[in-house]
Amino acid sequence: MISFEHVKMKYPASKTYALNDVSFEIEEGEFVFIVGTSGSGKTTLIKLLLKELEPTSGKIKVADVDYGKLKRKHIPKLRRRIGTVFQNFRLLKDRTVYENVAFAQRVVETPTRYIRRQVPAMLTLVGLADKYKAYPRQLSGGEQQRVALARALVNKPEILLADEPTGNLDPKNSWEIMRLLEEVNKKGTTVVVVTHNKEIVDTMKKRVITLKKGELISDEQKGGYIDED
Amino acid sequence: MRISSLLYSIRQGLKNIKRNMLFSLASIGTIVSCLFLFGIIYCVVVNFQSSMDELQNTVVISVFFDEGISDDNIALIGEQIRVREEVNTVGFISADEAWERYAKERYKDDYEAAMESFAGDNPLKNSASYEITLKDLDKHGEFVKFLEGLHGVRKVQSSEATADGIDTLSNIVGIASIGIVGILLLVSIFLISNTIMIGITVRKEEIAVMKLIGATNFFVRAPFIVEGVVIGLIGSSVPLLLVYLVYDNILQYLVDKVTIVQSLFAFVPVGELFSILVPVSIAIGIGLGLIGSIITTRKHLKV
Repeated sequence: MISFEHVKMKYPASKTYALNDVSFEIEEGEFVFIVGTSGSGKTTLIKLLLKELEPTSGKIKVADVDYGKLKRKHIPKLRRRIGTVFQNFRLLKDRTVYENVAFAQRVVETPTRYIRRQVPAMLTLVGLADKYKAYPRQLSGGEQQRVALARALVNKPEILLADEPTGNLDPKNSWEIMRLLEEVNKKGTTVVVVTHNKEIVDTMKKRVITLKKGELISDEQKGGYIDED
Repeated sequence: MRISSLLYSIRQGLKNIKRNMLFSLASIGTIVSCLFLFGIIYCVVVNFQSSMDELQNTVVISVFFDEGISDDNIALIGEQIRVREEVNTVGFISADEAWERYAKERYKDDYEAAMESFAGDNPLKNSASYEITLKDLDKHGEFVKFLEGLHGVRKVQSSEATADGIDTLSNIVGIASIGIVGILLLVSIFLISNTIMIGITVRKEEIAVMKLIGATNFFVRAPFIVEGVVIGLIGSSVPLLLVYLVYDNILQYLVDKVTIVQSLFAFVPVGELFSILVPVSIAIGIGLGLIGSIITTRKHLKV
């Protein structure tokens, strides 16, 4: 589903590589943690996955799409296959919960009659069916992240990419989000979670890819959080 | 694009205008003043032009023939003149007509007596002529040269100074108006572009999220383009109304009160004027909105 082959990434202003010769493969239906401290290259990796950046060298393939050959105008189509959740939720503050989720469908030009059906179903899945009229500021962090998750999932992506999804949440809400991610994964979606939450990584016993200073230092099935600092 | 997406884009575009009311009003204001000036200048130029056309008709070129020329040859010269494109009217003044005209002017009320005293002996018997008016005084000099080159032509008489004067004046008025309108159009594009940019800055996060979700460039840009077009449309309708009121009232006033103006200027009726001004103004308004928003979204909305 996702493959990195000898990917190197160097920013123009920097002397060192943000990612240095990173190779890995993620199969369809997997649940993978990508861990590492700040400066390890996690953010760069996400930006490469979303094709916000071009690698300096190496090959990236996602869902059978070779990024090197992908034309600019086809980037939107690719991104529709990847649902994304962020640490700071990135909800639209001036719109209701319902509108935030519906927004994702409007953007990909879903007919309104489908939007009316799918948005409530998605809000039910994340347990926010009764708060569809609320604005983001009226919700707790955990609830906001669940809205973001509903927005990421409503277009039925093949891959769910979560960038520090629990970074702004307390442990109880963090677990609630992780439980939802696991549920989504059980339904067949490939889930990639970038995090530095040691407790969660160690408890969930999933595959863990560890980055350090731009290099992939470990890739283990049922791994744990490698803490070297 | 689906109809629902189109409606969505239009709604978002209108929301943008409301959200940045102050800047939207500034943009609309600039276009209004720009197109108002354009409208006024257009009215002035069209009326000036129509007065000039009247004036052009008074610039007559007279062609006199060689002594003893036959009527056939005169007719031939007439043919050669009529086929020329720049010619507006050609009139033949026979020697008798020329004499009568002169006598009327010279002797006024006594002209009949004067005519009689010269009866049978026309003092202007070699002064038969063609009187020609041109469509465009631009070609005046060239045309006079052509006439002088014709076989059987003795003399060509024309008021070259008047012709040149009128020509230069209408050129200056034309160039000055194009210049002023051009500068105003550029200012309008700049201001629209600025308004759209504020809109983009305000909605930066929304645009970033849209792109991450997989919105096409067109979908991201559409609301801003709607915004530009609507601003352009409002900005072009208001001045049309203003120009209409101003022109109609002024015209009415001048016609009513100042009779001399009417004899000096050939006023173009408001309907005729607006049959061109309305589509042109609206096209310019929409065009400004489109250009302003496209330039800005290109510059600031790279995926």
